[in-house]
Amino acid sequence: MTNLMILPIVLPLIASALVAFFPNKLNIVRPVSMILSVIFTIISAYLTWYVFSNGTIVMQSGGWDAPFGISIVADPLSMLLVTTTYIVSTAAVFYAPSSLDEQQERFYFYTFFFLLVSGVAGAFMTGDLFNLFVFFEVLLIASYGLIILGNGKVQLRESLKYVLFNLFSSMLFVISVAFIYAITGTVNFAQLAERIESVDQQGILTTVGIVLFFVFAVKAAVFPLYYWLPNSYAVPNPVVSALFGALLTKVGIYSIMRVFTLIFVHDTGITHQIFLWLAVLTMVFGVIGALSTNNVKLIITYNIIPAIGFILMGIGLYTETSLAGSVYYLMHDMVIKGALFFLIGALVVAAGTSDLRKMSGVIQKFPLLGWLFFIASLVLAGIPPFSGFIGKLLLLQGGLQQEEFLVVIIALLSSLLILFSMMRIFIRGFWGEVQEGITTNRKKVRNLTIPAAILVSISVFLGIGAEAVYPHIETIANMLMDRTEYIDSVLKE
Amino acid sequence: MKKNTNDLILKTLTQLIAFLLLGFSIYLFFAGHNAPGGGFIGGLMTASAIILMYITYGIEKIQQILPINYITMFIAGLMIATLSGVGAIMFGVPFLSQTFGYFDIPFFGETELATALIFDLGVYLAVVGVTMTIILTIATDATEDNEMNEEKVEA
Repeated sequence: MTNLMILPIVLPLIASALVAFFPNKLNIVRPVSMILSVIFTIISAYLTWYVFSNGTIVMQSGGWDAPFGISIVADPLSMLLVTTTYIVSTAAVFYAPSSLDEQQERFYFYTFFFLLVSGVAGAFMTGDLFNLFVFFEVLLIASYGLIILGNGKVQLRESLKYVLFNLFSSMLFVISVAFIYAITGTVNFAQLAERIESVDQQGILTTVGIVLFFVFAVKAAVFPLYYWLPNSYAVPNPVVSALFGALLTKVGIYSIMRVFTLIFVHDTGITHQIFLWLAVLTMVFGVIGALSTNNVKLIITYNIIPAIGFILMGIGLYTETSLAGSVYYLMHDMVIKGALFFLIGALVVAAGTSDLRKMSGVIQKFPLLGWLFFIASLVLAGIPPFSGFIGKLLLLQGGLQQEEFLVVIIALLSSLLILFSMMRIFIRGFWGEVQEGITTNRKKVRNLTIPAAILVSISVFLGIGAEAVYPHIETIANMLMDRTEYIDSVLKE
Repeated sequence: MKKNTNDLILKTLTQLIAFLLLGFSIYLFFAGHNAPGGGFIGGLMTASAIILMYITYGIEKIQQILPINYITMFIAGLMIATLSGVGAIMFGVPFLSQTFGYFDIPFFGETELATALIFDLGVYLAVVGVTMTIILTIATDATEDNEMNEEKVEA
């Protein structure tokens, strides 16, 4: 069983090579990708179930024991996120044929897609700081391939920004890994966690920790470093935006969560306090961005940012409740962001425009799309009983326990504003007289709506079925607070 | 390549050097798993030999002699490398585990064969494929490769 834990990383890698052999035969590539994605999802769901019932499983690749080899650590948090990744990406595969034109699909869309999934799964599962960098590169290279599909002028400009930003932060990443290796002599997460307390100069460690935080913050789009995100995520095809919005920023925030609950916990007074205020600023500025525009794609993209703020807030508070909230919110946000990007893609096709001022009355022609969007908005804003509510409730509870009242108030206000930004789309886009130029291609809109419907129903389940899900999240939060279990399972076989 | 160029020295030397490069790259490839060398550097050297031939004899001629689809080549390499890692799982050992043994091969005598070589072969193919794809994409201009470029513009 131990050896099978590599499968979530390797299977999509094989699939990406497999579909690259015949990029032009779309009638083969499409069904093959769909079937493979479904199979991979089932496999990873099974592995997740196995990990939840039997505890963390560590695979030492090449038979080299940690800390010498590279450990792949399948702990509950990683596996939960991997399975969520697979669910979102499977929905994306079913969405892609209707959303992309054939020329774009031929240009190795499915290859880059599987490569991206492999990189994301690897980043979630690796137990090694340098290896985390490698998987970051894998997913970034795949994302470079995806972001330029379409080749418009605006898109090229935005992709250039995206590539430059990520290259710079990758460079910073390697530098900070080098610093950490120089200070502690290891890059293995578990061994780092063990050694961090015995380092004499804690000040240097804190500094390196903050540098590393900035690297991840660029990928996660935390407050001062988010301005590259909205445009470059809004410009590509909706399916690509959905993958980016649902997966890429989440890898960044996951890395912050992992590194700052496992390794850099020696001086939470500085690091985690900074996170808390950055989280607040991230929420505020993200929401302001979402309210500032009439482009529906941009509204959704800006809404990625406050979600990151919420998750970061849980990490900053650093209590068991707040971390449970972060994990819940992270999982919920992956699903719902995927769904929202799909729905917005469908809306843009249905209305024939992405300008909110020119849309109206879409719900009269496409009722399913309209109501799905309404539910998804409620889920995103955290209206009970949906999944956003559970996550936010836990986060706010954590905030109140730590007596950070100002943070709690701002968080509540910004979720209200998130709801407002979403309802603007609903009221102005879906209500009212039926506009001119609404599409007659009902089949295409239907094909675009179905994958979104699946994701929306999953996230409704995450809210209503919270009683079944929450105990597992609590286990994860326990493990995040108590580092010994992770360390022991990696180092002492 | 319509113009008649005066490159007798280059052509003569290439005939010799290309073979030396290819031979040495294969040596590096086989030495790789327990001495300096390996699939990566071997692949780069092979690619440089092929590129030298391209420079000397022109794209059309070499494509006639070596009709290889480099994109397929590097995908195949990626596949082989990944599968060699997965193969370890089939034998119940961790991903990417390696093993080796000594076999009596006629003419070579007792030879060490390592499974690392399969992984290296994947790397080798991937490196040659990627290098050649990149360089040929940059080197071929619009007039020579209309079809490919039109595709890119549309995509």
